[in-house]
Amino acid sequence: MNHPALAKVYNKYKRTDHPEIRIGDTIRVHVKIKEGDKERTQVYEGVLIARKNTGMGENIVVRKMSFGTGIERIFPINAPVIDHIDIVRTGRVRRSKLYYLRNLKGKAARLKERT
Amino acid sequence: MSPGILGKKIGMTQIFRADGQVVPVTLVKAGPCVVTQRKTPATDGYDAIQLGLMEYVKPARINKPETGHLKKAGADGVKYSREFRLNRGNGDFKAGDKITAEDFKPNEKIDVIGISKGRGFQGVVKRHGFRGGPGGHGSMFHRAPGSIGASSFPSRVFPGMRMGGHMGSDHVTVRNLEIVEVDTEENVIMVKGALPGANGSYVMIRRAKARG
Repeated sequence: MNHPALAKVYNKYKRTDHPEIRIGDTIRVHVKIKEGDKERTQVYEGVLIARKNTGMGENIVVRKMSFGTGIERIFPINAPVIDHIDIVRTGRVRRSKLYYLRNLKGKAARLKERT
Repeated sequence: MSPGILGKKIGMTQIFRADGQVVPVTLVKAGPCVVTQRKTPATDGYDAIQLGLMEYVKPARINKPETGHLKKAGADGVKYSREFRLNRGNGDFKAGDKITAEDFKPNEKIDVIGISKGRGFQGVVKRHGFRGGPGGHGSMFHRAPGSIGASSFPSRVFPGMRMGGHMGSDHVTVRNLEIVEVDTEENVIMVKGALPGANGSYVMIRRAKARG
């Protein structure tokens, strides 16, 4: 992103409607899903455990527990398939990648609220 | 309609189309270019224009014959110069005419010609895609080319045998690339896909020869 022309493209195409989400926050991602010619939104709620890449290809990794199994979904945050993102709960964490949560279960996997 | 334009590779990024499809794009600073010479069948035996990419060049870096040549076109200095054959439908140009990115429109097809990144001396695995041998288990054959021919007959290695050697820095043409967007203010053309060469290297953009 150092060339002004690249920055111009980024500023034109990036999504600006997302709230300021931080690592450790519990978020709700509303994803648009096409079924045949109908479109509906699906909600995916989980903890934001990582943010990867910069620029147009920026991704977020959202982890949730589903029937005892951990599930991680990666969303490209600039993609139009994302309808919107809500913050459900903030989380106070000390690192930028929360991969250690993969080894924790139940009560141990909780995060304190950010004040 | 100009037969082509010269440009400088800026870098790659990606954009999302309205239907959610992601498109890898390369930005090229294209032009402004100046026609430095018009070649005609009468004088040169063929129809072409010589284009120069207008970028600042220290006057001391251009020799006197070159300065005189550019003076005819009214150009101060050009960084990169290439010739384009004129075909029917390209219109006519005379020395001194300017060509900018405005000549190109989205969805048009172009061919891009450039010099690929130099890789230096490379072995057959990287250069020709040989598979190489196993890494371990007592194997002593790793990245060597293997046999390069039979013995007493023919008693020589056939020409064109793929071996290690210099890779890259080749003249590469990528055909039928699609123009995604044109920024006429900044003279930037957005091309779908990758182009030869490193960022900052010069490329020649030509209207696509093959259709479809």
